[in-house]
Amino acid sequence: MALSLYNYWIVIVLMMTGFYIVIRSTNLVKKIVGLNIFQTSVFILYISMGKVEGGTAPIVTDGATAYSNPLPHVLILTAIVVGVATTALGLTLVVRIKEAYGSVDEEAIQRQDREA
Amino acid sequence: MIDEHLPVLQVVVPLLAAPMCLLLGRGTLAWGLATAVGWFALYVALSLLGSVPAGGEIRYALGGWAAPWGIEYRVDRLDSYVLVIVAAVGALVLTYARASVAREIARHQHAAFYAALLLCLAGLLGIVITGDAFNLFVFLEISSLSSYALISLGRDRRALTASYQYLIMGTLGATFILIGVGLLYMVTGTLNMLDLAERLPALGDNRTVLAAFAFLVVGICLKIALFPLHLWLPNAYAYAPSVVTAFLAGTATKVAIYVLLRFLFTIFGAGFSFSGMLLSALLMVLALLGVLVASTVAIFQNDVKRMLAYSSVAQIGYIVLGISLVSVTGLTAALVHLFNHAVMKAALFLALGAVVYRVGGARLEDMKGLGRAMPLTLAAFVAGGLSLIGVPLTAGFISKWYLVLAALEAGWWPIALLVLIGSLLAVVYVWRVVETAYMQPRPAGAAAVSEAPWHMLLPIWALVVANVWLGIDTDLTVGIAGGVAVELLGGAP
Repeated sequence: MALSLYNYWIVIVLMMTGFYIVIRSTNLVKKIVGLNIFQTSVFILYISMGKVEGGTAPIVTDGATAYSNPLPHVLILTAIVVGVATTALGLTLVVRIKEAYGSVDEEAIQRQDREA
Repeated sequence: MIDEHLPVLQVVVPLLAAPMCLLLGRGTLAWGLATAVGWFALYVALSLLGSVPAGGEIRYALGGWAAPWGIEYRVDRLDSYVLVIVAAVGALVLTYARASVAREIARHQHAAFYAALLLCLAGLLGIVITGDAFNLFVFLEISSLSSYALISLGRDRRALTASYQYLIMGTLGATFILIGVGLLYMVTGTLNMLDLAERLPALGDNRTVLAAFAFLVVGICLKIALFPLHLWLPNAYAYAPSVVTAFLAGTATKVAIYVLLRFLFTIFGAGFSFSGMLLSALLMVLALLGVLVASTVAIFQNDVKRMLAYSSVAQIGYIVLGISLVSVTGLTAALVHLFNHAVMKAALFLALGAVVYRVGGARLEDMKGLGRAMPLTLAAFVAGGLSLIGVPLTAGFISKWYLVLAALEAGWWPIALLVLIGSLLAVVYVWRVVETAYMQPRPAGAAAVSEAPWHMLLPIWALVVANVWLGIDTDLTVGIAGGVAVELLGGAP
């Protein structure tokens, strides 16, 4: 029973992994990586809920009686675009921070701010 | 007729004007277009406010696709009330922006700056006007992404780290909201807010609904910057360009509070949201802590922009406190303060922007003796400060009055007392600025400072006049807010 919902378990594991990296890592690039993992887990959550037992891809063909729900797929396409934009902007900021501080480590940056 | 398309024009015009700003390429032209669009948005918001019947709504099916299959824009009185706040702050800030932006931002970035500001405006207006839960998330991300970019344009390199920090926390918040919306879709099969409101009560204490509720409340509170989730706000406000700070302080957190109201009262219903008192108690404690802690921290800030940022966290506390009382008077107080705080904080940050324009900084020592050098700007600052404290005949007094009234009505007199203590703390931090500006001389050898130019003073004083006017004639704020509060609680069993 518990295993039949295995994709939801994967969602939870990925979500917590990503969340942990965002909180724990001091490297600004790794934080973005964590954020990506966190967002990806939500994508899987949406796609899992769109699955209909015994359904095929939502394209009308002969012999198909049940289709998966296409709406979550479409929503997630939008969310992926948002995620890409966030990652791009985040990495751009990291590049600018590296230029301004010479480091991408949170602690080193805070040390410089304190000394300034 | 164009009138029936007003709901969609409210969002589409700023959205399409943003790339046009980029195409114009030149700073002044882009500013002209952005300002014209800002005033057009205000015109649309005001006509929507005028045409929404009390207790009724305007519905607009996007692309002619009927709800719940298509996305629908829905304007009731709460929507139009918040739309007016956002559009009015947007129009005034844009009018003010040209000189300040020319001073604080590199020339080749001007067109992109106005494009981002318009995108942010479009996103915020979209959040308010949409009747679709997923569409709300998309607009939220449009406004957030553009505000990260805007904040990072500040002159200090700390603007970059502030923007990065906001990006991380904002994205976490938005993703939490996305999870919540997904879980709601899972159990109800709809994303339309009205449909959700109809189908959720039948599910009762469903675990998935509870999980969705928790994710949504935490995600939205991150966006509101409710204490202790406010950590991104002070740095973001302190290091962003002056114009951006004034714009975000007047609009972004207000729209997030609107989202909270929408989910708690319209979608879940007050009966579900506040059953068992848990959420009410939690919000109340966090709001009061926010008021006291943030006001105290504000007293010890040397950067006046940062001081006002902490004061914003405290003011958000007052608004959430009004919500947590779950009464008509409490909600009225929250909604009135939503409007009044937008007006006073925009005035204060714009006045501070004029100081930065003339002096080059907004630290306390930069403001020495400015009372004489920039009398009109500093007078506006003092007027805004008085409103922040809640002195009678200013807008701030009206909000505090209703908040105290709501607390007493619920029998919580210690809360009324804490609200008054919060106001006393505000006296202290506002006084520090007044004392420095009026009682201390300009440091010897400092360059002469002249009054801010008239095109900056005009929007500042428009907001100051609004501040006093809203403190005397309360028809607009209390009249509408009272009606909206009854509507919001009307769905409660």
